[in-house]
Amino acid sequence: MSTRTFGEPIKRNEDRRLLTGQALFIDDVELPGMLHAAFLRSQVAHARIRKIDVSRALRRPGVVAAYVADDLGDYWKPGPLLVPPPPIAGIVFNQRTQVPLAKNKVRHVGEPLVIVIAESRYIAEDALDDIDIELEQLPAVVDIEQGLKAGSALVHEDLDSNVSAHVRQTKGNYATAAAKADHIIKRQFRYEHGISSPIETRGVVAQWDKRANQMTIWDTTQAPVFIRNGLAGMLGLSERQVRVIAPFVGGGFGPKIMMFYPEEVLLPWVSMKLNRPIKWIEDRLEHFFATTHERGQIHDAEMALTRDGRILGIKDVFLHDGGAYDPYGLTVPINSQCTLLGPYVVPNYDSTFTQVFTNLTLVTPYRGAGRQHGVFVMERLLDFAAHELNIDRAEIRRRNLIPADAFPYKNEIIFQDFQPLEYDSGNYEPVLDMALKAIGYNAFREEQAAARRQGRHLGIGVACYVEGTGIGPYEGAKVQVQSNGKVSIATGIGTQGQGHFTVFAQIAADQLGVAVTDVDVVTGDTDQFYWGAGTFASRGAVVAGNAVNEASKVVRKKALKLASDLFECAEEDLVLEDGKVSIVGIPEKFVRLGDLAGRANPMRGAVQPGTEPGLESTQYFGPPMGATANGVHAMIVEMDPRTFDLKILKYVVVHDCGTVINPMILAGQIHGGVAQGIGNAFYEKLVFDDQGQLLNASLADYLLPTALEVPRVELGHTVTKSPLNPMGIKGAGEAGAIPVGPLFAQAIEDALDLERRGVELLEIPLSPSRLFELTRNAPG
Amino acid sequence: MKPASFRYISATSLEHALSLKAEYGDDAKFLAGGQSLIPTMNFRLARPAILIDLNRIDGLGATRPCDGGGARVGALTRYRTLERDAGFAGMFPLIAEALPHIAHPQIRNRGTIGGNLSHADPASELPAVAVALGARFHVQSTKQQRWCDASNFFVGGLTTDLQSDEMLVEVELPAPKPRTGSCFMEIARRRGDFAIAGVAATMTLGERDECIHVRLVFCGVGETPADASSVAEILRGHAPTEQAIRDVAAAAQAMIDPSGSVHATADYQRHIAGVLTERALQTAYQRARHGH
Amino acid sequence: MDIDDHEITISVNGVRYQRRVESRMLLSDFLRHDLGLAGTHVGCEHGVCGACTVLLDGQPVRSCLMFAVQAEKHEISTVEGVAGGDGEYHPLQQAMHDHHGLQCGYCTPGILMTMTAFLEENRSPSEEEVREALSGNLCRCTGYQNIVDAVMAAAKRMRG
Repeated sequence: MSTRTFGEPIKRNEDRRLLTGQALFIDDVELPGMLHAAFLRSQVAHARIRKIDVSRALRRPGVVAAYVADDLGDYWKPGPLLVPPPPIAGIVFNQRTQVPLAKNKVRHVGEPLVIVIAESRYIAEDALDDIDIELEQLPAVVDIEQGLKAGSALVHEDLDSNVSAHVRQTKGNYATAAAKADHIIKRQFRYEHGISSPIETRGVVAQWDKRANQMTIWDTTQAPVFIRNGLAGMLGLSERQVRVIAPFVGGGFGPKIMMFYPEEVLLPWVSMKLNRPIKWIEDRLEHFFATTHERGQIHDAEMALTRDGRILGIKDVFLHDGGAYDPYGLTVPINSQCTLLGPYVVPNYDSTFTQVFTNLTLVTPYRGAGRQHGVFVMERLLDFAAHELNIDRAEIRRRNLIPADAFPYKNEIIFQDFQPLEYDSGNYEPVLDMALKAIGYNAFREEQAAARRQGRHLGIGVACYVEGTGIGPYEGAKVQVQSNGKVSIATGIGTQGQGHFTVFAQIAADQLGVAVTDVDVVTGDTDQFYWGAGTFASRGAVVAGNAVNEASKVVRKKALKLASDLFECAEEDLVLEDGKVSIVGIPEKFVRLGDLAGRANPMRGAVQPGTEPGLESTQYFGPPMGATANGVHAMIVEMDPRTFDLKILKYVVVHDCGTVINPMILAGQIHGGVAQGIGNAFYEKLVFDDQGQLLNASLADYLLPTALEVPRVELGHTVTKSPLNPMGIKGAGEAGAIPVGPLFAQAIEDALDLERRGVELLEIPLSPSRLFELTRNAPG
Repeated sequence: MKPASFRYISATSLEHALSLKAEYGDDAKFLAGGQSLIPTMNFRLARPAILIDLNRIDGLGATRPCDGGGARVGALTRYRTLERDAGFAGMFPLIAEALPHIAHPQIRNRGTIGGNLSHADPASELPAVAVALGARFHVQSTKQQRWCDASNFFVGGLTTDLQSDEMLVEVELPAPKPRTGSCFMEIARRRGDFAIAGVAATMTLGERDECIHVRLVFCGVGETPADASSVAEILRGHAPTEQAIRDVAAAAQAMIDPSGSVHATADYQRHIAGVLTERALQTAYQRARHGH
Repeated sequence: MDIDDHEITISVNGVRYQRRVESRMLLSDFLRHDLGLAGTHVGCEHGVCGACTVLLDGQPVRSCLMFAVQAEKHEISTVEGVAGGDGEYHPLQQAMHDHHGLQCGYCTPGILMTMTAFLEENRSPSEEEVREALSGNLCRCTGYQNIVDAVMAAAKRMRG
């Protein structure tokens, strides 16, 4: 076999097109006769619709059509429930899913009211001004605590409250454990996550070809197969008639997943109606309202401990802001509930949450997907416990880590994949040790004191987490050797920069003895691969990667079988490398893979019964449950104690995501995750007024970190293979982003000496202004 | 986010531009760098009927020395032109220090001094710097030309003393006196963002290192540049002590009236203004002493 | 109101184009949709993200903050012109590939335009200078570290 590429920092196959401006992104799709859509969106969060009149808009030159909800007839219906609630006893779930165009009532700023179709986007936007609209404004539900109070306005008036869901999950018996505890820590925490804000916004192009009876949809979706199936059903077409293509997608991070966003539902319908291709590209302003958010939770949490700092149990009651509709079920709060437990032994757990409807944009998973919220609660509780029990912060974590011999470790409660939460494998203590060593933990107190003598305020943080990754149900891959000897792979997932064109190629290249650059990967085109779920939950490499591996193995076997027939020798005597099969020890006796592919599809002659033609195979892989990755982040910051300006001096991530396919790409995933975590912890905050208006809907005011805010990240890895898939892979996409909030809180507290001054940081995001307010009355 | 329709006229000369403005008045806007105007047009927050493009007028972007020292900066001078001009930076270190805080290189390649000052964003750096330096603005219309002191130019948030037929055509910067030190500092959430609070300070020392002249002007803490030079007067006549500087900071804090924003409470802005005052005056003093 | 349009002649990557454009047509839209040079990407249309950065007479500017009509008689350079005629990578493109300086690649054209111009002016930048020059371009995928490394490596190579 050729040199293995698996595990090597192989450079990416997809780069050339991206670096030369030749990659096809959604807004690059240009079709003859294409029209452009713009949406009139609600400017208020909650209102009854009294009147919409588009007649003036229709008279504007260049405007082709304008539709309101009633124009859609039977096509108007609430979207499907994408993720039903998990099988948990006593669960309450009120399903209220989003609609294509608001009818009777609007429930969040940005909810679409009218779709306008015009010859250009410029004219379509002009026409929005021509629409006469009367809205009767209603009080808005913005605050989740207020929203649950009696007398609150109701987002959905057919319900008697704003409860979207209520879930309690328990493990052991917290009350009994607490009764025996030496010490109880009890705090309220507020954690807000922001918006994914990929640099490319969303977009849809729909082209109905009347002659061919064929619908083609280009969509920035992370889950093209579901979009095809769903839209085919809605449009009354067979799935075969609908092709969904997710081209190069400029970042996703969750919110580009299948939502059946109103625009996705409307454009194909309009294209059929007008028999013209239609394009809609979300602009940045729309993105702030029309693409899903993540936002906040409020946790009332307590931790029961022994006096030597061992966790006896945790009780947590939290509220989760679900937004105006709940098509994504409970994925985000369930992730919070489960991930809170972290890498620690928590014998007793009692967790209850209420998902609340608000008059704000929908909440769906965004990188981390609620895991951040839970990790913040756990890590902060441990920090306060460490302080009150006079134990070092790293030490209290070490004492509670799940021991290496305890895996698989059962946490009993139900995870987002509907399976009981079980950690497949792990070895946590070496990860913590590596991180402490890399950050210079032991020397830090001396360094800190020396800096303080020079008037510099340094602080350190250490935070641990686990990440449930690589969940099912399944993905598939078709691996095919072409007659030119190149290998093609097709899979059903979408890709948004994760390097799938390279890592899948590496997997196949190793099995088939070809160069990585000779493997061409297609993702996100439903005509190339029919089945699949999508790219989410750090699962692409795990689930689709294993499918590629399985299919490649079958193709390898086929190639060797064909060659053994040809050479009339045993398969064991053959070697597959450099794109050809040769006989061991007789390198001049060989056949090229491309020729074998030709032989696998003969023009004449009989083939053996049961033989599948072609040097190809389609295989599926579905793990029994998610694989659990883990890691530790550590950071040293310097704070200006007067301005609260923050500088990160050192940032360390040590991470275990099982077998690594491509360390270069993995590092990139971690770097990017950390950058988003830093944004979440200290820069990015959605600021709403009490009427549900977003006050900072621009990239000038919603602060994405730049190259000056994000430090160099030092990486370390350990490898504990997952037993759940043959390659031993765990997911890595979200790990960088998860524990950054508690890390900031801890390091800032340390730098500003807040423990001594009696100030606790119980919320994320923080900011200089907020730190000033929190500390202004504290002793110096 | 596409701008509404407008009529575009590329002015061929200053006279042409001024006559167009005289003709169309408030329906028309001058298009200089466009780095503030075009975003607001893309959001459709601004919908001028007519844009008079100044970019093809020769000579509006020139910087030249003026009689008796100092410099005259043409309105169409791009930030980056000044940034690259070592001689200019040497003469006006306060401006040189402020320029990198203005947005990012791509914006500074295009944005102009005159456009910035005429736009009069309360959080913008240059208006405060111009007031601190005692700049004068040469203002022209078809009917008249006049000079306006920077301190009288900014009359409100996004509002200046310019009449609807006038254009700011040149900025006159007097040469700093010998033994003058200056300092620009600001706190923004990220470099290049508008200031939560910023301060431009200059201090001139006499032979015995006593302060003989001091200017202290804030950006970001009010509708216009907040000139707190009067409260710094107590420094005059003495070598500034730490305590005296702290007193100035406290007085300045009491004087300003920040409004708060999504990024900062008004109290934090006021607090920052005090901290920056201390640091900037101290730095300006040290620079004056050491001839920087 | 009647459409206000103008005949313009501009040069993009050394090729002269003559077109009629409406006054309000943003340069970014003109390059992408009228000239088919879709490598220049649009991320925010208010001058913050930097994805649409092109060179105007050699200097990086936001193409979403210029009207196409203003580009009359100017030289524009876009990502399509960065590599050599034979497809050979510019040293920065090569370094971005080598250092994994791109993930989704959407911000990449703007970064290439900003940083190739930066490298023309500064062949021996410090990391801090690189980060400062890069700070007008938002990237949501990479955390910037590999881009910084790529620019430093390209600078080294360009110094020879």
